[in-house]
Amino acid sequence: MPRVFPADSVGLVKPQTMQIEQPLQLACGQQMDGYRLVYETYGRLNADKTNAVLVCHALSGHHHAAGYHSDDPREKPGWWEACIGPGKPLDTRRFYVVVPNNIGGCHGSSGPNTRNPATGRYWGPDFPPLRFRDWVQSQRQLADRLGIDCWAAIVGGSLGGMQAMRWALEYPERLRHAVVIASAMALTPLNIAFNALARQAITADPAFCGGRYLDQGGARPDVGLALARMTAQVTYLSDSAFAQRFGRALRQGSFARGQVSELQFEVESYLDYKGKQFSADFDANSYLLILRMLDFFDLAREYDDDPVAAFSHALCKFLVISFSSDWRFLPERSREITRALIAAGRDVSHLEIATDRGHDAFLLPLPRYIDAFAAYMRNVGDEISQ
Amino acid sequence: MRIDHRIIAPWVAPGSRVLDLGCGDGALLAHLRETRNASGYGLENSAEAIRGCVERGINVIEKSLERELDDFGDNSFDTVLMTFALQVMKHPDIMLAEMLRVGRECIITFPNFGHLPVRLALLFRGRMPVTRRLTYQWYDTPNIHFCTVADFEALCRAKGYRIRNRAMLSRGFSAPLKDLWPNLFAETAVYHLSN
Repeated sequence: MPRVFPADSVGLVKPQTMQIEQPLQLACGQQMDGYRLVYETYGRLNADKTNAVLVCHALSGHHHAAGYHSDDPREKPGWWEACIGPGKPLDTRRFYVVVPNNIGGCHGSSGPNTRNPATGRYWGPDFPPLRFRDWVQSQRQLADRLGIDCWAAIVGGSLGGMQAMRWALEYPERLRHAVVIASAMALTPLNIAFNALARQAITADPAFCGGRYLDQGGARPDVGLALARMTAQVTYLSDSAFAQRFGRALRQGSFARGQVSELQFEVESYLDYKGKQFSADFDANSYLLILRMLDFFDLAREYDDDPVAAFSHALCKFLVISFSSDWRFLPERSREITRALIAAGRDVSHLEIATDRGHDAFLLPLPRYIDAFAAYMRNVGDEISQ
Repeated sequence: MRIDHRIIAPWVAPGSRVLDLGCGDGALLAHLRETRNASGYGLENSAEAIRGCVERGINVIEKSLERELDDFGDNSFDTVLMTFALQVMKHPDIMLAEMLRVGRECIITFPNFGHLPVRLALLFRGRMPVTRRLTYQWYDTPNIHFCTVADFEALCRAKGYRIRNRAMLSRGFSAPLKDLWPNLFAETAVYHLSN
C-alpha cells in the first residue's frame, strides 16, 4: 500500500541533477571547468518566473529539505519540513522552492567525495578551497539555467543566512527579499575555536591519511568526524535544552553504593548517536572545507570592514530572526546585521524569538517563529501576485 | 483610526524617514506611509504587536526601550515618534534628549495627569486614578513616570526644546475646554518638538 503523507507535506520528491558546463571562476583564483549540482524543487514555477524562493542550506544540510524520498514509513522528512510545504511559511502552493546541495558538499553535487574529471581520482583534499561567493555564483548559474531572473526571496539559517546576505551584495537586483535566520556577518574567535576543535578531531584520526582516505579505499576517519560533530552538537543546544531533554538520567550503570559499574549518561548516548549518524552521512573533507569557508567569511571585509557600506549595495528587503538562547550565533550578531541595515537605510524587520533551544531552534517548528515567518512570506507572495 | 494619528500625520513632512518608539501593531507607521509617503522603522517588544507589524509589511525591530537609543546615529531620522510610552520610561528626560539626538524633530503623545478626573480621584476618593486611558491599578501599572501638561512644558523650557506644535485631546465634558485650560481639561497631549 502506498504511504499516505501528511497533508502539509510536499510528499514524495525526487532530487534532480544539473551539469553546469560553464566554467566557474573561483575566488581563490582557481577555476572549475564545470560541475554538478544536485537540487530539489517544491511547488510550481509560475509563468512569469517570479515566485521562486532559494533556500540555502547550513553546514550539515543538503538539497533534501522537505518531503520524502520513499514509501518507507520509517523515513524521516527533509531537514526543513517545519518550514516548507502547503500552508507553511514557504508555502508550496504559492512559491517554487529551490534547494541545491552546495558544491564542496557531499550529497551529490561536486565535492571532495566526487571524482575530479581531469584525473579520474577523488578530489579529496585537493578540492579547490571555496568561499561563500563561489557558492553564490554557482547558485546564480543554477538560477540562470532555471530561467529565474529574480528570486522572490532567498532564505537561510546559520551559514545559509550568510549566503543570503552575500547574494544581496553580489547580485542585488536578483532578489526581492533576504531572510537571514540565526546568522552572523562573520564568525567570532570563539566560533573559529570550535571549528579548530573539529579540525583537530578529524585530522588526528589515523584513518584520515591526509584526506586521501577515499583513494586508499580503506577505513574513513569516522571516529574523528563523529567527535567533530559531537563537539559542534554541544554548541547547537543550550544548557537548559540539555537539562530538559536528558536531565542526569543514566543510560547504563548505577549510582548505588557498594556497586562498581560503567556509567553512561543519556546525554552521552545522545551525543554518541549524533556523532555516528553524522559520520555515516557526511564526508570529512567536505566538513573541513566548509569549516574553513566559515572561518574565512566576513561579509564586510571588501567594503573596508564597514557593514554599513556593504549593505548600502543591497536593494532587497530583509527579515532577520535570532533566538534568545543561541550561543553559537548570538542574538547580538543578528542585532549587528540589523543595525548596519538600518544605518544603510535598508528595509528590515528583526525578530528575537525567546526559546531555550539554542542555535538548533532555526530548524524547529516553534510557533512564534513559524507564525511570523509565514506572515512575512505571505506579504512576499502578495507582492509578486500584484 | 486613532485620533492622535490623524493629528500627527500633518506634522510629518512628506517623504520623511521616521522612527516610532513603541510602535504597537504599526498602525501609525502604516498611516504615515499612506498619507505622508514616510518610511522607517518601529521598535516594539510585544510579540503580538510585532506580528501585526509584519502582517502590515511595516519594518519592525524587536527591542525593549532602554535608557538610550544607541543603535541609532545622530540625526539619522527626520522625525522620532513616541505615542503613549513616555510614562513607561525609566528616564523620560534622557529618552526625550535621545529622541532629539537621533531625529531632527520628535512627536510625543502622553496622558495628562493633570486632567480633572485624575485630580478628583485623588482628591475625593483618595485613590490612585483608574480612568479610560489609565486602566491599571497602582501596583501593576507599567506607567512609572506620569506628568501633566504643565510639567512637560516646564521640562521643555528647562532643556531648551522648541514646541513646534501641540494638540490637546479630550472627550465628554472637558472637550470644549481642553484648549482653553489644557492642564485641567486635556485627557491626552500631543507635542511636536525640535531642538
